[in-house]
Parts: sequence; structure tokens; C-alpha cells
Amino acid sequence: MPPLITLSRRAVLKGSGALILGVHLPFLPVSPAVAGSTPVTVNAWLRISPDAVTVIVARSEMGQGVFTALPMLVAEELDVDWQTVRAEMAPLDAAYANPVLGGMRTGGSTSLSGGFLPLRQAGAAARLMLMAAAAQVWRVPVTDLTTAAGVVGHAASDRRASYGALAPLARRQPVPTDPPLRSPSTWTLIGRSPPRLDTPAKVTGQATFGLDVRVPDLLYAAVRHCPILGGTLAKTDTTALKAKTPTGYRPGVIAVVPLGNAVAVVAESWWQARTALAEVTVSWNEGAHGELASTTLDPTLTKALDATDPRTIAVAASRGDIDLAMAGAARVVDSVYRLPFLAHAALEPMNATASVTATGCALWLPTQDQEQYAKILPPLLGLKPDQITVHTTFLGGSFGRRLESDFGVQAALLSKAVSRPVQVIWSREEDIRHDVYRPASVSRVTVGLDAADRVVAWRHRVVAPSILARVDPAAVRNGVDSTAVAGIDDQPYALPALHLDHVRRDTGVPVGFWRSNGHSNNAFSMESMIDEVAAALDRDPYQLRRTLLADAPRALHVLDLAAGGANWSEPLAPVGDGRRGRGIALHQAFGSVVAAVAEVTVFTDGRLRVDRVVAAVDCGVAVHPDLVRGQIEGGILFGLSAALTGKITVDKGRVVQSNFHDVRVLTLAEAPAVEVHLVPSREPPGGVGEAGTPPIAPALTNAIFSATGRRLRSLPVADHDLKTG
Amino acid sequence: MVTLAVNGRTVTVTVTADTPLLWLLRDHLQLTGTKFGCGAGLCGACTVLVNGTAVRACSVPVSSLTNAEVFTIEGLAGQGDPVAARVIAAWIAEQVPQCGYCAPGMIIATVALLRRIPHPNDDDIDALITNLCRCGTYPRIRKAIHRAAAAAP
Repeated sequence: MPPLITLSRRAVLKGSGALILGVHLPFLPVSPAVAGSTPVTVNAWLRISPDAVTVIVARSEMGQGVFTALPMLVAEELDVDWQTVRAEMAPLDAAYANPVLGGMRTGGSTSLSGGFLPLRQAGAAARLMLMAAAAQVWRVPVTDLTTAAGVVGHAASDRRASYGALAPLARRQPVPTDPPLRSPSTWTLIGRSPPRLDTPAKVTGQATFGLDVRVPDLLYAAVRHCPILGGTLAKTDTTALKAKTPTGYRPGVIAVVPLGNAVAVVAESWWQARTALAEVTVSWNEGAHGELASTTLDPTLTKALDATDPRTIAVAASRGDIDLAMAGAARVVDSVYRLPFLAHAALEPMNATASVTATGCALWLPTQDQEQYAKILPPLLGLKPDQITVHTTFLGGSFGRRLESDFGVQAALLSKAVSRPVQVIWSREEDIRHDVYRPASVSRVTVGLDAADRVVAWRHRVVAPSILARVDPAAVRNGVDSTAVAGIDDQPYALPALHLDHVRRDTGVPVGFWRSNGHSNNAFSMESMIDEVAAALDRDPYQLRRTLLADAPRALHVLDLAAGGANWSEPLAPVGDGRRGRGIALHQAFGSVVAAVAEVTVFTDGRLRVDRVVAAVDCGVAVHPDLVRGQIEGGILFGLSAALTGKITVDKGRVVQSNFHDVRVLTLAEAPAVEVHLVPSREPPGGVGEAGTPPIAPALTNAIFSATGRRLRSLPVADHDLKTG
Repeated sequence: MVTLAVNGRTVTVTVTADTPLLWLLRDHLQLTGTKFGCGAGLCGACTVLVNGTAVRACSVPVSSLTNAEVFTIEGLAGQGDPVAARVIAAWIAEQVPQCGYCAPGMIIATVALLRRIPHPNDDDIDALITNLCRCGTYPRIRKAIHRAAAAAP
């Protein structure tokens, strides 16, 4: 089997918490000078060998750069040469729980904010332990020691010892509690942008993604789900596959396995599995959603805007006296905004590899949530939680999709069924049609303005299905799914009276977390409305935002930086038969503030070109500024792709779209240049993986309004005809 | 049974005639650098060189490949192909990959582009690089292509 590079090597850990001493030290040298070459586990985050420092990364690498940024935090305090730093994915272990989300999982743009303190502390503690080891050997006060580039030195006696040599003794030192951290002014790594540690493997085809896992005796499975959302498997007819072979099926085919809502064929190769699966005749139990159709769903959501029964209306936030403020308003601006369901469409289709035996289940998979498998799988497999091991591969994109357990559970069930390791790979069609989609939403925003044209009242109703009701029902408080209404009442704008409520309408279309969750819906309605208010007042939309941000210096700075970077006040040069426009939007989420200015050209034949996007971000400390730029660029283009063409529709209970011909995603030719400006900051880091996505859709439609005078209140843009006249 | 040259080595594999090259590479030759993305020739994650031309391996049955010369990312990266070396170096210099799943296909599509048009302009790039990237690294891909072209001797 080829080496599974960067896959987790199960570190032997004991207990929990950030500083866990390894317990498998093979020998303890009497002198650091005779230390062997065996890597030493110094703590849960760190293994030191003579020529490398391996930082254990507990968050899944899905492109956001945790394999680089998290090791930087440890290395900054450890005082090592960055060239010697390696990253390795952590195994599933309580030590690696996400301090923000709980459990070992990656999401909500929490990796950097959650790791910023504990990982620096782990590095600092390890450095003190290495120094303590040197002090013990040399019999000198630890205060006389210094460190530099992975070496402890004692100047007075001109002695030096490498971390690799000291590591065996260091791990036996008492673990310092609350070790002092370096002052930001002395940082040598944080704030710089060393090359990503995962790039060399990714550009040579050596990086191991989920479907690159190879284990001995591996079989492959193709799966077909009930095409009707929520339906189940009724009956399979495998006559077409029958043959006089030991398995009873044609050569290569091992088994046909029912999976509740799906059927799988397991074979010697995936192509054999896929072609055989196509010949299995299946009948389905349609369930409750056989007649589900977007044509009836959309009006149902819209109708819920007028809900009056208080039992169906969950108030998420209310400040000031909204009724009084609205009643006293000199004028009111009111609009309804509609957003579609969206697929994740990560480039690597859903897949997982499992090996289930009587004594354990090993999973190798691209997942954002390792933790869940130790809960879900034991009852299904007749195993105990500590018999589940999870090896996390690189994730070929995820955007929230790989928080789900469906593909991992399938792999385990299939391996159990055939008593061999199985890799299940979904076809792209299965991936698109059996996603958990970004919720569709319909929002009404009503804004009251006083006689002096000030915004005095903001009423916002979101009609949307609930994600939390499925994934974490206890988190639904007073009927409010916080993810459905995210990013409205906590924006930096001065809105004296605000009332936000959620009318939950579950539709039968499964919904899940999609890069930035409700922020992507709500930034659109909020930032579109601010532009509509500006238009109603005949004010420049940038200047109106400046007024509303007068008491929010951080956001104001971000707004100014984006507008300045885009030369907001300079008219755009005309282009042939194209009308040009700029649009601006700002959104605060995940501890960061992002503003985006989009520049577009709308041609007379209706073609739209996005010429440029200028963005600004304040994410607190930019641990790795180039990763921040990359995430904002990527988040913006991901959101732009959705805004331009993204939608999932259903008909007869089935998802209509199936592959990249009708799930149109942004191409290189369509992608504008994205300029990203960073606000220098020493505040704790916010998240950036998702923060770029929310503001781009409204910046785009605001730009289209500026160019054409047409206000788009629904997405995608492709549903609108922008032809002149 | 099909005989073809993969990364300069002649291989004979017993598979059904309709098996796409992608799955021969991945499941039979264990060359997993070539990725599966859509199975319909739409995303380009499985791009390889066949007789010097960039093709989408998911949509090429092995029956059409008798005696063909196939190069995958493993062969191009590992055997010192000078154009591939420049492209890979440019991908690193521009820090292009995020998730990295599109990278092998993108790099091979770029190698084919630069062999055909050593100094492509943006229109050439728009027309010939149709692979998909979901992380939104396109601006960096464009820069990397120009960088690789500029590095040609």
C-alpha cells in the first residue's frame, strides 16, 4: 500500500486537555547527546524528532489552510525553524475537541479563533519543558538558557542542544500551567505568509484525499439513493447481474447491499460497481414527498411571510419599540427577497472508506466531524465507541457538506456486510441530488425613516426551513433557529428599533450548513435593503452606509478601505454597448468584518460581466495574511458563483439538477480579479473561511442596480433577463 | 485486455472495453493523482495527457487507447518534464491550491495549453482552461499560468 501521507498516525494519548504527555517513550537516554532517532511525543500537539517538528493538526484541511496556520501558532512559541515543521492530521481523540464547537469537528470558521490561545500555549509549554530538560542535564538555572531555531543554548558555558536531543527528557518535565506567551511585537511567524505545508503534495498528485485511500483487500461501492427525497428502498431485482460464480453475480461483483434509503453494489473496482448498479432494478417507497415541487414550494414560503399566529412566529431579537418607531416613520421602504436552495458541489464527491471487523471499525474519510462517528456507529456495528478510529484525509472541498455522516455510515455498513474494507464513492449525480441544501428563504424587510431621513425602524422576517431542528434540536431556542436568522440583529449599523423574527417552514427538502449558513441569505436581504433605502433617499449607497456606521469604527474602516480600493467616487470608464455599475456591501460574521465592491458591465443583449471585486477585511490578527487573502478571494468567488447561477429546484419529489451542466459553477473565464485589502490588527483572530461569502451577492445585485436601474430581489441573477428595453 | 503506455511504462490490464481510462488509472494502476469529479467530462479533475493532448479520462473508454501514450500527474511531476516543472513551480509560487483537488487536472490542462501556445494571453487562457475549481482560486491560476509561461527559456 502506498504511504498515506499526512494521514493520522494514532498518537498514544492519555486523558484530555491541551497538554497530554505521550506515554510510549521507548527509552530515556541518560544524556541528550545520546538521544535516538525515534520521534518523541512531547504533548498532544507536538512530536519532535532530530530533524523535524511535527505539529498535530486537529482541524480538517479542506482548503482553508489549517495545515499551515495552526502549526504556525505552535512554532511561533516553540521557537523552531519553520523549514523543519511538518503537519499531521490528528486521530479522533478527546484531546482534539474544538473548544468553540465541542467535539472534534471543523466548522463555523472557528479553527484559528479556537486554536489561537491553546496552540500557542502548547508551543510555549513545550519550549519551557525543553529548556527545563537542558537545565537538568547541564545543572544550570533555566533562567540562564535561551532558545533559537530549535536549539537550547547556555551562553556562559557555550553549550547547545537540539530540541530533538532534548525531547525524550523534556516530555518528563512538569507541564507548565499558563506559560507566558511572546509579545506580538516579537512574533517572527505570525503575520508572515510562509508557503502552505500542503502545497507540494497537492501539486504532484501525492496528497491523499478520501477516494485516494488504498488499504489491503479494498473493495469499491457505488450507491443509488431513492430519487424521491425522504423515500426508502422497497425492493431490488438483481437478475441482470446473476452468474455462475462464487458470489452468484457476474465477475467482479461481490454483493448488492440494501441501505435503507439506498442500494449499493460492491465490486472489485468502482467502474464494475457503477455499471452493475445501473442494471439493478429497484422499486422505492416514495414516502411523503412524491409530489414535492418548487412551483408549489416557493408560493408556500412566500405566503408564510403573512403569518399572524404567534405560535408560528419565533421572535429572534427585538430592541426599541418597533411598533411605535414604525408608526411614527415619515416614510417606509418595504421589500421581499427570495433565495433558492443551493448545493455544495464540492469537487471531490462524497466518499468514505471503512474496515469493519468483530473488534473495531477504522474509517478513512474526508470529514469535518470526526466526533459523530463514535456516537453513530457503535449501535449500528455492535461495537464500543473506543473501537471506532477515524483517519481524516484531505477534503476535496466541503463547504459544510462533510459535516454530515451519511457517506461514512454507508462505508461502515457496507464493510460490515461484506467483511472486507470498502470504499464507497458517490457519483456526481448522487452527490448533487442527495445533498443537504443551503436553505431557501423568503424575507421581508420593512424600514422606517423619520422626517430627517434617518433609519429609525428595521423589521425583518425570515421564512426558512430549520437546519438545527434536524442536526441539533436542543439548539432551537424559543422556536428560533439561530442559523436561519444569523447576521441581522448583530450588524454594526445603527438601527435604533429592530425586530427580527423567524417563521419556520420545513419543506421536505433536506437542509444543512453551507459556507456561512444563514449569513449568505440574510446579508443579501439586509444589504439589498440598505441600497434600496439609499435609492429612496437619493443618497450614495456608500455614504448612507458611512452614516449608519458612524459609531462603528471597525466596520467603517473596512467599508472605507473597500470603497477607496475601488475608487468609489471615480466614474467607471464606459465600455462599448455596456452599462457599468459598482455595488457595495458589508457584513460582519465569524468575528470578522468584510466589505466588497463589485464592478459589473451589463451589455444590451443582457450579458453580465463581473469586471472586478475589491474587498476589505478586518479579521483581527491575520495569522497568515496570504491565507486570509486566499479565503476571502475564494469565499467571494464561491458566493459569486451561487449568486450568478446557483439554484436547486425539485419536481415530483426529485432534485432536478444533477451535474455541472445544470449546476453551473463559476469558470475561470467568468471569474473576476479579486483584490483583498487587510486591516492591520492585533485583536484576536476572527474566522475568514466563510466571511467572504455573504457580502458578494448583494454587492453584485447592487452593482447591477447601479448599472441598469433594475433591482434584483431574487437569485440567481441568471433567472433574470437583463436585456435593455 | 488493453495495452498502453502510462508514464512511459507499457502496461497490460484486463478490464472491460467500456472502462474509462480514469478508473483504469485509479483502481487498477493505483495512480490516484488523477481525480474523479463528475464522470461526464465537465469538471476536468481527471485531465491527463493522451498522445500529448489533454483529455478527460472519465470519458475515454480504454478500448480507444490501444498503444496510446498516457501521462498522469505522477509521471509529469516525477519524470522532470520541463513544462510541467515550470507549471508546478508556478503553482507553488502563486500558492494556488486551497483544497487542491482540481490541481492535478488544472496543471495538466495548463501543460497542454503551454505546449500549444507558449505565451498565452488571457483570452487563450479563458478559452482553453475550462477545468472547474470550487475553491475560487481562478485569479491565482491565471497568474500562475502567466508565470509559468514567462519562465520558459
